[in-house]
Amino acid sequence: MIARGVLLLPALLAPLAALAAALKVTLIVPADDARLERTRTERAYLGHAGGPAQDGLKVALDEARFELDAANASIVAETKAVATRDAARTAAQQAERSGAVALITDLDPESTLAVADAVQIPVLNVGLADDALRERDCRANLWHLLPSERMRADALAQALVARKWSSVLLLTGSHAQDAPRGRAAQAALLRYGLKVVTTRSFKLSADPRERELANPLLLTGGGLAYDAVWVVDSDGEFARALPYRTALPRPVVGDAGMAALAWHAQFDRFGAPQVVRRFAKASGRSMTAHDWSAWMAGRAVVAAVLAAPNGPAAARSRVLAAQELDGSKGVKLSFRAWDGQLRQPLVLTDGQAVLGLAPVDGVLHPKNVLDTLGADAPEKLCRARTP
Amino acid sequence: MKTRFVALAWVATAAAAQPTVWVSSEKDHALTVIDAATLAVQATIATCKRPRHMRLLPGDRQLLVACGESHAADLIDVATRRSVRRVPLGDDPEAFDLSPDGKTLYVTNEDDGTLGFVDLASGRMLQQVPVGKEPEGVLVSADGRTVYVTSEVANMVHVIDVASAKVVHNIKVGKRPRRMALTPDGRELWVTNELDASVSVISTKDRVATHTLVFALPGARAQDITPVGIVMTRDGQRAFVGLGRANHVAFVDVAQRKVTQLVLAGKRAWNVALDKAELRLYVVNGLSDDMTVIDVAAAKALKTVPVGRVPYQAVVID
Repeated sequence: MIARGVLLLPALLAPLAALAAALKVTLIVPADDARLERTRTERAYLGHAGGPAQDGLKVALDEARFELDAANASIVAETKAVATRDAARTAAQQAERSGAVALITDLDPESTLAVADAVQIPVLNVGLADDALRERDCRANLWHLLPSERMRADALAQALVARKWSSVLLLTGSHAQDAPRGRAAQAALLRYGLKVVTTRSFKLSADPRERELANPLLLTGGGLAYDAVWVVDSDGEFARALPYRTALPRPVVGDAGMAALAWHAQFDRFGAPQVVRRFAKASGRSMTAHDWSAWMAGRAVVAAVLAAPNGPAAARSRVLAAQELDGSKGVKLSFRAWDGQLRQPLVLTDGQAVLGLAPVDGVLHPKNVLDTLGADAPEKLCRARTP
Repeated sequence: MKTRFVALAWVATAAAAQPTVWVSSEKDHALTVIDAATLAVQATIATCKRPRHMRLLPGDRQLLVACGESHAADLIDVATRRSVRRVPLGDDPEAFDLSPDGKTLYVTNEDDGTLGFVDLASGRMLQQVPVGKEPEGVLVSADGRTVYVTSEVANMVHVIDVASAKVVHNIKVGKRPRRMALTPDGRELWVTNELDASVSVISTKDRVATHTLVFALPGARAQDITPVGIVMTRDGQRAFVGLGRANHVAFVDVAQRKVTQLVLAGKRAWNVALDKAELRLYVVNGLSDDMTVIDVAAAKALKTVPVGRVPYQAVVID
């Protein structure tokens, strides 16, 4: 069932819309998004969503008005909130039938795949970092704006290599996402020749017999020697309080301490402060990595429309896949043909400052250094896209 | 008291006599003054917040510094190195140019996405013309009738008619257009495209990009070539383009539209400035917090001088 229908963003209707070819983009979001409950968003955990994806999309479409007007085109955004996978599928089909240029999804993995399978038009995922969606569950029409878990893990591993912090204590939690994310961390550590001293599990539990599983001193002590603690905590509560509570005076990375993210509001290069300010003005909040990916999805759609404003849908889809995008990160960004992931530099941050960028200086790649983050072409992990 | 006065007077004379290079530093709210002869740092001058674009007023006695976070320009007396007054420039001013008579200032207001017309004497905002988001470079035609503005987000050069204060034309260029230079005959407008590793050459008469000069560099990838700064010699024969993260400056034959030399500078070599004699090129390096001094004839870096944090632009006072 489609929950509470269609939210039109009236501000996006340019005055010239009647004259120009008004194209549509549909954003499909969860009806009751647990990530956006006030008690979650106000904690502002590193790498978590800070607000609705509409906000970033709106900024992207608003700022494109000059270019769209010049091309005599306009884009209307509609948002559909869906409660189930079936509702997501129905919403996607309706949007495609009514001529949407592209779909933007901020859904769970199953609903995202249901949407991608239901339509021919491009589907832009802005909220999921799951590697599976870029690998075994990939789709030819599914594109990813948010960096994958593997990209984030590679970025952190590179930062550790650059600092010569080569032995790592890995702590993983019991959230459903923690197991695959822990594997991504281990794979990245292995790829960059870093040593995992040991892996330990933590747990925040109501059972007093499990109390020791949440004790930072016990988890990081016991005669272990390590250069850094890498914590995988998709929930965020345990990781947040881990820095400065380790048995050894060592830095924490991962989901607290230093994290690798698509974006941070304190990024002050390459025009980023202007983007952050435009976003804050429009939405009244700080721009997170999720907001950046929603904004980028809007920019990708705008660029496709500008390249082929009157052309057939297939032409726009082709352009969308092939174009180079400006994401205010200092280099051109583009989609990887082999898994649909937007290649991009990542920001290394402790939540206060931007500590650096990845790929780090000195990391090399035969074609594009951005492809040192995430799955590379020769791995052929996505069969739907392997020719 | 007396000694202090004498010392000041001496500084003033010395400054007027010796050529200097002034570099704005975005993060230090300061300018670094470098002796052009010895290349030693002479002074650090406090100015308004986040100083970026600078230029001399006609007569070369006063330097105007646009400050993004002060929403104003600082007018600095070159001889005394002191601020004379502030000129309000609207929200987040980035770059500016002056009318040929030096009375009107055209400034890009990055946050609002406007080009402001400011009366320099009164500091009054006369007009605000909406343009594409993140407007950057501003250039006034020699006759003063037209202002060219780049928009980094809209990927176009806006042609603004001064008399009507309206955008009369939009010229599509490459990705993230930044800075511009006009040939002395006014026929060609050269625009750097930061994310396309190129310069668009616009015919000012036809208002269309007629050529694209794409930069290539042995050992560097296209995505690392991010041109920003551009300056042309007075005779219009050569242009110098800072290639950003490719850490080089390109020497360009303007008529041939060909790169003749590539000179290594610092990290993110962006804005560039020439001295009056056009013997030396000064390149500010945004990521290594220094400035590379290049011998133009030899096409070789002479020295790299440390300056303030995140240097933005250099102005030669000689």
